[in-house]
Amino acid sequence: MAAQEISLISSAPPRSSLIDRLHGLVVTVDHKKLGLMYIGTALLFLVVAGLMAMVMRWQLAIPNNHLVPPDVFNRLFTMHGTAMVFLVGMPILAGLGNYLVPLMIGARDMAFPRLNAFGYWMFLFGGLLLYFSYLGAPGLSGHGSAPDVGWFAYAPLTGRAFSRGHSTDYWILSLLLTGIGTTVSSINVIATAVSMRCRGMTLMRMPLFVWMMIVTNFMILLVMPALSVAQIMLLIDRYLGGRFFDTQAGGSALLWQHFFWIFGHPEVYILMIPGFACVSEIVPVFSRKPIFGYPVMVGATTMIGLISMGVWAHHMFSVGMTSTGNTFFAISTMLVAVPTGIKIFNWLGTMYGGKIHFEVPMIFCLGMLFQFLIAGLTGIMLAVVPFDWQLTDSYFVVAHFHYVLIGGLLFALFAGFYYWYPKAFGRMLNRKLGLWHFWLFTIGFHLTFDTMHIPGLLGMPRRIYTYDAGRGWETLNLITSLGALVQAAGILCLVINLLRSLKKGEVAGNDPWDAWTLEWATSSPPPEYNFETLPVVRSRRPLWDLKHPEDPDWKYEG
Amino acid sequence: MTNEATIAVGQNALDWKLPSSRKAAIICLILTETCIFSIFVAAYVFYIGKSLTGPTPREVLDLPILSTICLLSSSVTITLAERAFNRDRIGRFKIFWLATIVLAAIFLASTAVEWHRLIYQKGLTISTNLFGTTFYSLVGLHASHVIVGMCLLLLVFILSLRGHVNIMHRERLQMISWYWHFVDAVWIVVFTVVYVIGR
Amino acid sequence: MIRHSKREENSLNRAATPARTQAPVKRLRCRALLSFAALVFIVAGHVHPAFGNPAQVTNLLQPLSQPAQEIKELSMLVLTICATIFLIVAGLLVYAIVRFRHRPGDEASEPPQIYGSNQIETAWTVLPILIVFVLILVTSRTIADIQDRKAPPGAIHSTVVGHQWWWEIRYPELGIVTANELHVPASDGNRRQPTFLNLESADVAHSFWVPQLAGKTDLIPNRENRMWIEPTQPGTYLGNCAEYCGMQHARMLLRVIVQPPAEFEQWVKEQQQSAFEDASATEGRKIFFANSCVSCHAIRGTSAQGTFGPDLTHLMSRQTLASGAAPLSHDSLRAWVHDPQQLKVGCLMPNMQITDKEVDQIVTYLETLK
Repeated sequence: MAAQEISLISSAPPRSSLIDRLHGLVVTVDHKKLGLMYIGTALLFLVVAGLMAMVMRWQLAIPNNHLVPPDVFNRLFTMHGTAMVFLVGMPILAGLGNYLVPLMIGARDMAFPRLNAFGYWMFLFGGLLLYFSYLGAPGLSGHGSAPDVGWFAYAPLTGRAFSRGHSTDYWILSLLLTGIGTTVSSINVIATAVSMRCRGMTLMRMPLFVWMMIVTNFMILLVMPALSVAQIMLLIDRYLGGRFFDTQAGGSALLWQHFFWIFGHPEVYILMIPGFACVSEIVPVFSRKPIFGYPVMVGATTMIGLISMGVWAHHMFSVGMTSTGNTFFAISTMLVAVPTGIKIFNWLGTMYGGKIHFEVPMIFCLGMLFQFLIAGLTGIMLAVVPFDWQLTDSYFVVAHFHYVLIGGLLFALFAGFYYWYPKAFGRMLNRKLGLWHFWLFTIGFHLTFDTMHIPGLLGMPRRIYTYDAGRGWETLNLITSLGALVQAAGILCLVINLLRSLKKGEVAGNDPWDAWTLEWATSSPPPEYNFETLPVVRSRRPLWDLKHPEDPDWKYEG
Repeated sequence: MTNEATIAVGQNALDWKLPSSRKAAIICLILTETCIFSIFVAAYVFYIGKSLTGPTPREVLDLPILSTICLLSSSVTITLAERAFNRDRIGRFKIFWLATIVLAAIFLASTAVEWHRLIYQKGLTISTNLFGTTFYSLVGLHASHVIVGMCLLLLVFILSLRGHVNIMHRERLQMISWYWHFVDAVWIVVFTVVYVIGR
Repeated sequence: MIRHSKREENSLNRAATPARTQAPVKRLRCRALLSFAALVFIVAGHVHPAFGNPAQVTNLLQPLSQPAQEIKELSMLVLTICATIFLIVAGLLVYAIVRFRHRPGDEASEPPQIYGSNQIETAWTVLPILIVFVLILVTSRTIADIQDRKAPPGAIHSTVVGHQWWWEIRYPELGIVTANELHVPASDGNRRQPTFLNLESADVAHSFWVPQLAGKTDLIPNRENRMWIEPTQPGTYLGNCAEYCGMQHARMLLRVIVQPPAEFEQWVKEQQQSAFEDASATEGRKIFFANSCVSCHAIRGTSAQGTFGPDLTHLMSRQTLASGAAPLSHDSLRAWVHDPQQLKVGCLMPNMQITDKEVDQIVTYLETLK
């Protein structure tokens, strides 16, 4: 009798079935699970959009290629761009923010956990709706109705007259959905950082990551409406006979461009600043020094956020604005480079005089620094308006923004993955595979995107499905396409590493990197309630204070 | 986790006060809604005088005095309702809250009447010309916010009738009233841009 | 503020961290090599416009006209400044990586915990602002010089109207309408004859880009944009539409044919004439006019006054067909008339379902439109 009773009251919890686990994900409001869901889903979209890029590169590898017809190619570049920005970049930053901000500020969850879940599901369904367009009328055999208007969807190409069928409507509706998800996520992160910091954590004691997330999310609140409203206006045009962008009725095609870029330019900073956030956490730890110039980093990030709201028309230098208008935006664009450059110098200053450990997160950060420097400099070239008149809408610009987003952002995100994966999963990612990932990806990246600048200089416009031989673009495009293969191999290493290390990775412990912020003060992975007792802090590096009680930070921080 | 090195100054639980998350969230919401309205206002202002055809604002718009008075008064009544609620005078609270709802309803009805007149008598629809498109979008967006606000107010009213609303909900009521004040402030802007400047 | 930490470092908790003396330096060498290779590549690309028919390579750093020349001079300055910044900052980065790398065995202490330095941070704020200031000065000067240029007397005026996916080219003062090829006179010291273009669009946004002549300017519906070119070397300059405009954006190619002034005058005279009447093509002419060709195309001097498609009055004087989709030849013309969708799928000229015999006759007629 006793034996039976004991076996019924077994102390080990029953192993949850797959259904139980999936159910857990569907109903969860835990910021950590949602954060990982955001990132996991984003990585799936990364693979899909990346494969689309591979097809495009194959089509462009030789002149007059017939791999895909023009309409398919046009859908590919539209979907690639839209997915990468809205279904990969934005969710990864939402995921990182949602996962790390509560941990870093010593809270138990986000301010609004259910809103958090709502935001995730809006993102997922918005993304699925975008891809559903391939199946939406006329169906698989007719390559579907996926949008083919470019990721910035200029009017009047998107009007009823020129975009028949529903492809543009899918573009609008899916982005309206994901836009709502993004906006609520931003409200949540800001409310959390403002109202749930642990005792002692003043604003100037928050990790830089949290500061940068606050700035990013404020920017989202301010500029996401520009896109959503422009899309609603387009919907009104397409379905209610509105005249917002109807040039025949006196409407302005440029109004769309202004609204889009009022969103679009801050958007790229919204994408990039979380990359800065990762680097700002990782470089100090692996240089074994605090970040150089914390207050200036905060100030510079805020300045970037503010100034970037006033540079949007540098995407429109060729539309025929007045010389005054062009000059104004040239000035603001060059000005925004100043705080951005300051941040590079501050990271340099952090490394300087330190003891740099070449762990995989740091190696990715180093790559990011070189590449972001180059990307910033090509950005300065583009800010010089007359030069931009040659370079805009060419492959030079395509190379520039991929340099920023892949060479800068993606490398920073990879650094973040290798850094925080142990915290999230309790296991280290394999170092050797990590190095393979780094080198393959770096070599492929440079093969592709260094080369890509040159066809731009030789007159190759963007968004063309093919080109004639004889323009000098052939070999360069071939090299660019080969680099894409090498990058794919690198990504494969990452995916294998992520999956394999779940079970086979070395056990990480609480604090494998000897770091200083609060997320390392709890177990890996953290329990659902994050901290046994809510921490109390006195400085920017509470774990440094704990580890160095005779030499704590709070004695020296102003 | 706590030890001497990290214990913060003062043991008093009250000296670590952070802003309420509800307030932060509502302020963020109002900020983003402000941007939404700004874009529509920008489009409206941009297209003033640019319509190629059709009725102009001067020809068809009358000043919506009644609806404006009603809406702005509703800001007063909701403040009075809040004050009554904070002083635990629930009866008074319900009256003023209801007054707010009624004033909002009058505003909406008045808008509906005006739109009916514009569409059927003056021939101004959303597709008539640039003025029509920008007018109906901007005013319509505002009206939709009034409707949402009214739904929130109604919900609270019904709950209060059933006795489910008590002093613990003070801050939530305050957030709703902030939203309502925002909607009224937007109307001031819309009124000025559409009915004063635009004409 | 500098201070020194003498306590033992809490070493990284992972047992499996082998000493890596060689790797960081090797890594560094690899990175330096890569950057250098990239640099060489870019420079080489500029100096030698890699592979391709030299006559068709449109290197914007080898301009043959104003304002492209002025743009190139500005861009050389900018490239130099950026290259210098890169070398300095990348150099500092490499230096920091090499000099301050963690040497294995040195677990004793953390490095000095430095929080910042007001002087250094001020310096690296002020210096970039100064650089930006210089760039702004040169940039604004060039912007004004190019954009605010007024047309001198004797300038050629042309209106370019963008269509999906071809270019309508008009010379209002000369009474000429043609398509896809812009003829302009070469300008020289004695006789300055720049060409001023009015840019309009009949449908969606396009962009006029001939890299060796000028930067690009967009063609936006319901808006008139203006640009100018002043080429000095006769020749054929290739360009593209540079604003995505739909299905065949890639095949909306452009040619600017710069001719010596005398030749240009000759061309103008020829273009001003009405279509040639050639007795040998009466059959084709009849079929052309009987079919709906005339509802889209215009042939001056006849009853064909369509404006939806390109003007065909002097079709055979052009170098290419369908805005660069194919060189103009008997075969390509035949293929086009037979089924335009084969040469340029999605273009707005439908397959007219003409029999082979009629195709031949029409082509014979078209070939008389010299």
